[in-house]
Order: sequence, then structure tokens, then C-alpha cells
Amino acid sequence: MRDLVTEHRLNIVLALVLLAGPLVAHAADEPFMVTLATRAAILALAGVGLNIALGLGGLVSFGHAAFFGLGGYAVGILASHHQNYEPLMTWPFLVNGTNQMLILWLVAVLVSGLAALVIGALSLRTSGVYFIMITLAFAQMLYFFAISWPAYGGEDGLSIYVRNAFPGINTLRPLDFFLLCYAVLMVVLVAQWRMTGARFGTALQAVRQNEGRVAALGLSPYRIRLAAFVISGMVTGLAGALYVDLNRFVSPSMMSWHLSGEIMVFIILGGVARLFGPVVGACLFVLFEHVFGSFTEHWQFFLGAALLAVVLFARGGFIGVVAGRARHD
Amino acid sequence: MTVALFLEQMLNGLQLGVMLFLMAAGLTLIFGVMGLINLAHGSLFMVGGFVCAAVAAWSGSFWLGLIASLAAAAALGALVEIVVIRRLYDRDHLDQVLATFALVLMFSEGVRFVFGSFPLYLDPPAFLSGPVTLPGGLPYPAYRLAIIIAGLAVAAGLGLLISRTRLGMQIRAGESDREMIAALGVDIRFLYTVVFALGAALAGFAGALVGAIQSVQIGMGEPVLILAFVVIVIGGIGSIRGALIAALLVGVVDTMGRLLLPMLLSNVMHASNAAGVGSALASMLIYLLMAAVLVFKPKGLFPANA
Amino acid sequence: MTEPVLEIRDLSKSFGALRVTDGVNLDVRPGEIHALIGPNGAGKSSLIKLVAGEIAANSGSIRFAGQEITGFDQIARARLGLTRTFQVSSLIPEFSARGNVMFAAQARRRSVFGFLGQVARDPELVDEAMQALERVGLADRAGVRVSELSHGEKRLLEIAMALAMRPRIFLMDEPMAGLGQEGSARLVGFLDKLRSEAPILLIEHDMDAVFQLADRISVLVAGRIIARGTADEIRNHPDVRAAYLGEDEA
Repeated sequence: MRDLVTEHRLNIVLALVLLAGPLVAHAADEPFMVTLATRAAILALAGVGLNIALGLGGLVSFGHAAFFGLGGYAVGILASHHQNYEPLMTWPFLVNGTNQMLILWLVAVLVSGLAALVIGALSLRTSGVYFIMITLAFAQMLYFFAISWPAYGGEDGLSIYVRNAFPGINTLRPLDFFLLCYAVLMVVLVAQWRMTGARFGTALQAVRQNEGRVAALGLSPYRIRLAAFVISGMVTGLAGALYVDLNRFVSPSMMSWHLSGEIMVFIILGGVARLFGPVVGACLFVLFEHVFGSFTEHWQFFLGAALLAVVLFARGGFIGVVAGRARHD
Repeated sequence: MTVALFLEQMLNGLQLGVMLFLMAAGLTLIFGVMGLINLAHGSLFMVGGFVCAAVAAWSGSFWLGLIASLAAAAALGALVEIVVIRRLYDRDHLDQVLATFALVLMFSEGVRFVFGSFPLYLDPPAFLSGPVTLPGGLPYPAYRLAIIIAGLAVAAGLGLLISRTRLGMQIRAGESDREMIAALGVDIRFLYTVVFALGAALAGFAGALVGAIQSVQIGMGEPVLILAFVVIVIGGIGSIRGALIAALLVGVVDTMGRLLLPMLLSNVMHASNAAGVGSALASMLIYLLMAAVLVFKPKGLFPANA
Repeated sequence: MTEPVLEIRDLSKSFGALRVTDGVNLDVRPGEIHALIGPNGAGKSSLIKLVAGEIAANSGSIRFAGQEITGFDQIARARLGLTRTFQVSSLIPEFSARGNVMFAAQARRRSVFGFLGQVARDPELVDEAMQALERVGLADRAGVRVSELSHGEKRLLEIAMALAMRPRIFLMDEPMAGLGQEGSARLVGFLDKLRSEAPILLIEHDMDAVFQLADRISVLVAGRIIARGTADEIRNHPDVRAAYLGEDEA
């Protein structure tokens, strides 16, 4: 019980640090640091999405970059149509592009959720290593599709020249955009926290721990997992939407298997199944990339070494080390 | 479409399939015996390509390069098994995935550090560099044909190794009953290292052979790794025979899809569109094949423990 | 005569050459405890799994509560009110004792897609769970994590979860195993009263408990029912004695 209190306090501190950093950077006129924090917040959101499937549901998806990329392409495609004044389609009814983030987010979430439904429905027929390989393969399929589909830039990707709009704020200012991403992240985290303690979260955790028992109680493990997978894909898709607005660019590399691996790395660095695990992990990752990347081009070697050390010797990640083992009712 | 083109592409498909088999066989052996999923298998493929290209460039002999790549991949595999992989056997798949993903990052950057970022080029041996004329008058690159033959020979050798030798018996025992091999007095730790090194050597061999067709570059093993996963899912995990059949199937379906789909589509749409759409769909074809197998046979076509 | 709750007809199941269930006929009537006994390896647990739908039969039929359920999967059967307890405790290890029973109560409501209301502050689920824990004598251990419960406590928790399902029949696979003499005696008293809520198909090795509780006893040997009757009839049945003496009392 004390550990749980420690983790709650730690989470609040972490949330405040992630908020305070960019505010200080903004005051010190360091817009790059604000952008860095925005990147961390968005990647954290992608990790939060995966953590729902992986941490709560025990579903080791190695294909979440697919949802990240689909969310990104949803934004990129609609925004580019808007900027070029070309309707997306004219038949059977007219659909125009848009630059309104709220609509773009909705589309991104729906598209990635739909993809997660199809991929999940197939992949969840299996488990274990099969599941890992199959999710990886389906993500690779979408990656190759994005590369070879010529209409939206193919391998070169697609630029959107102006960041999309959100009512009431100027998204072009780095701090405003950071605060928007931060707010989205916090809303999703609160929702996940509620969900974890609610009936769905309970059922999902039960399925992870003892599938046979859940079936014996008359609930379908498959459906529970599929729902979790879809929710998970939606959240990661939303992160992809924000990521494209951060970079004003979407490309197939958002769907690459490296990115799937990195999203998983956020979780393990921070702590599997911890609410703030992906947040810590993404921040550590971005810091690592920034610090090591500034003095060696081979920083990924050191990232690999650090990851290996965490997996072999520091299971539980950052939060596990600081707050101790998890307990829940 | 001419018959010659069709045959040529069939052979290319077989050649891809044989490559995939060399990768998938190692992966499926390692999973079958040790229960380990190894993402770094693609790195061993890459290391094979680089060592072969470097040694061949230094010595002027492709064959020396090929031998060096086999030895290097096997030695590196054994080293990695002893230092890292060994600690992962009793971990869950998540830890295995993350640790071997970490190895992928380290190998890619390590190779970049040693060889630089630019691709290396590797020439096939002189007597295989030209075309041969197949029955029916079709010219086909001798080297690609040699790959197909070498790959099938390795497949046959592997089959014999597993069904006829003492090591093979231990491997089969390890797949079905781990306690039993301990009872037989087999040194399991040594067996695991040997199996891992064997898988690594197969991957390195494949990387070296492919290096003379494509360029040798960082990350060259990764797409092959994922295709090998598709092969394993289709073939059934732990089954060498399933891996062979699925590998050839995937190789042929992928290659023929890229040839035929744009042609088929050009009947119903503009030629320029048909090429783009066709190639995009062709790139998805084997994954759709995998999805179909999953729907009808979730354990693969040849489940190992049926 | 009242219609049986559960009716098994000519049920057979083979694994390869091994026939684990061989033309079994068996029914369970309202209000009764029907015990299934037999030496180790006789196929008792397989029969429970067949009835619960964990494994599918090769032939034969199962009727439950007036419905043909042979083609139903485990989930559908559980929803109809067939609730089993496991031979080896099968619980949610990271949940508390109360959390496990609350989850069973949630499952009875078939309620999965709740995203906001917190389970821990759901008075209905908490009350129901506490009542079930109270009945098996685990109320004071409600907050303890399953992984920290003793073996006997886990066995009782299995029963509490089954109670929270409010089934139409209990399938109990060796509920006494590992309870100790005192615990077994208490559970016998409890099951004795429980039969009025729902009939019980009971697999049990503790013969004293079986002879005290069972209205009828079926003896399973090598997948076949070789005898059936009241406790006295079975005690004196020559085939049963032969089977048990020949196979070494388990």
C-alpha cells in the first residue's frame, strides 16, 4: 500500500516536471527545448497507448507503429488536401480536407481504431511469439504499402506546410502547441487511470493473469483483449496525429518496425504496466537521444546497451526502481 | 507476357524463397529448442554480408569471404549466446524481444562504426558471373541459380543433420522434452550454444550470398527477418519442413505478385495507375497470405507439435 | 419425478488411442449432491472438463436446464449457470481475495465495458463479495493478495467465487484437497447446506466426505461408469471394491 502511495506521488511530481521544463525553457527563450518536450509528450502518448495492450493486457504488440503511422497519415492526407484546395473525394458525396485538429484527431482515432480492429481480430487468434511476429508483420505490410503507394509521397513522405489549427490557441507558437499536447496526454492518462480501476480494466488485468479462469466465469477473453487492442491502437493513433503536426511531415518511417520497437522501449525504460511508465520512458529516450546524439553519431549503440542493461538487470524500469513493486486490489 | 519472363521470375521467386528458408530455419530451430524469439537474427545476416564483402575485397576471393562470413557469424552467434541470450531463456517473450531489439541497435551501430555508412559491393565469383542457358534457351544468371542450388543443398543437409546425427537427435529431444535431454546426460548449455551458432551461421551464409546480388548495407537483414517471421507463421513454428515449404511459397508469391498484379490491373485501369496500385498491392500480398493462413490454420500449415 | 438439471448421454472422448471418457451416462437432479469417484487416472477431471466445455466431446450429448448444450463453448455454458471450481486453484494472482470474488460477481453480470465507475467503490460488488467470503469464512482475509493466501484459503476462495456466480449447478473438482481434517469437516457442513441452493456434481478423493454428503455416487474406472447408487450400495458393491483394491486406494 505504501508503494502505491509512493507511485501516486511520484506520478504527480513527474507530471509537474514535464510541465515545468518547457515553461522554464520558454521563459529562457529556448524554443528548441520546448519542441523537445513536445516530442517527449507525444511519444509518451504513443507509449501510453501501447501500455494499455501490453502492460494491462499482456499483449506484446510489435506493430504499434502501424497505428502511429495511420494516425499520422490521416492528418497528413486531410491537411494536404485542405492546403491544396482539392477535395478528398467528390463521389458519392463531397469530402473536403480540413485543418481543424479536432476533426483530424477524430479521423485519426477512427482510422487507427479500425485498423486495430482488423489486425487485432486476426492476431488475437494466436498468442505468445506468434502474436509478436504477426503484429510485426502486419505493421510491415502497412509500411511497405505506404512506401509503394504513390499518391501521397510514397517513400519520400508528405509535407504539410502549416501546422493545423485548434480553436482558441495559436498552434504555431511552440509553447501553445506543447501545452495542447501535454493536455491531451494528461486527459488520456486520467482516463486510463479510471479505466484501470473500472470494470473493463479489471477484466483486462484478469485476462492477462489467468485467461482460463475468465472464460470459466463466462466472459470472453478474446473480446476483452480485442477491445483493449482497439483502444490501445486509437491512443497510439492519436499520438501519431500530434506527431505529424509537430514535424509538419509524415512519412512511412513512422510505421517502421524500429518505431514499434522504440514505443515498446519507452514502456520498459519507465516500467511495464505503470501509469506513468511510458511518460518517464519517452522523456528518458528523448533526453538520451539529445545528450548522446550531440556528441556521437553512434548514440543508438549506447541506447541499445542501456536497454539491454535495463532488461537484464533492472526489471521494473525507472518507476519500479524508485517506487518498488506494484500492488493493487 | 512471355514464357521466358514467367520462368525467370519463378526462378527469382525460388531464389528469394531459398534465402528466406536459410533465415527462417535458424529462427525456428532456436525457437523450437530454446523457446527464444530472436530479433537479432537479421543482424547476423547483415554481419555475414559485411564480412564476406570485406574479406572478398581484401583477399580478392569470394570463396574466402564466404568461409569467413560463415565463421564470423557462427562465432558471433556463439559469443552473443554466451554473453546475453543465455540469460533470456527463462524470461518472458517481452524481455526476449526487447533484449534482442537492443542487440539489433548495437549491431547496426557497431557495423556502421567499423565499416562506415556507405554500402559495400560484393562481386560473385568469376565463373558464376555470367548467364547460363537453361533448357528452352532461357538465359539466367548463373549466380542466382547457384544460390538456389546451394540453398536447397543446405536444406537437405539440415534435414539429414536433424534426422540422422547425434546432434540432430539432441535437437529433436530438446524440442519435445527438455527434461529428457538432461536425463540423457547432454550438456544443455553447450547444446544451446551450438544450436544458436548453427542458426547464426545459416543467417550469415544467407547474408553473404545475397550480398553479391544486392548491395551490402546497414539494416539489410531487417526486412528479411520480418519476411522470415511471416514464413514461420505460415509454416508453423518449430517445423523445419514447414519453414522450407512456406519460404518457397512466400518467395514465389511475392515475386510473381509483383510481376502479375500490375499486368492484371492494367486490364481494368490506366497503365500508369496500374503500375503504382499493382506494386502497392503486390507488396501486401504475402501478408494477406499470412492472414488467410491465420484464419484457416492459426497454428500454421505444418504445426510442429500436432 | 423432477427433471434433472444436468443430463449426460453416451459421452465419449479420446485423446489419440486413449479413451478417457467411454459412453458415460450421468444426471444431476435438483437439490442433490452427485459424487463422482474413481481411482487416479479414471477420467474424472476430463469428465468435468467435458461438462464445463473446456474440451469438446467426440460423441454424446449434454443437456443442461432443459437445453441441449453439447455444441456450446465454455463461455456460453458458464453463462447458463454451469460453474466449476478447479482441482488446482485457478485464481487471479495479483488481485486480493475480495478482488477475485468481486470479479466473479462482475462476470455474473456479464459486465465488461465499464470504463469510469471504480470497481473498488462499487457497493453492490463489494457487498456481494463480502457475503460470499463471509460464508466460506474468509471475510477477515478479504484484503490479502491471492499470492499471499495459504493453500487452504485459496481452496475456499475458489468456492467463494463459485458462490458469487450464483450458478444453477456447481461442478466441484476436489474441493477438499489440501484442506486438512478440520477444514474438510467445515466444508462438508457447508456443502451439505449448499445443495439446497444448487445441485453439486462433486469429484472428491476424501471418501469420508463423499459418503457423508452424496445422495448418489457414480464410480468411474477407465472412463466408464461401473457402478452407481447410494453411499451404502457403493460401499458394498463388489466391482467397486475390486476396482479400488486392485488399483490401490488413492
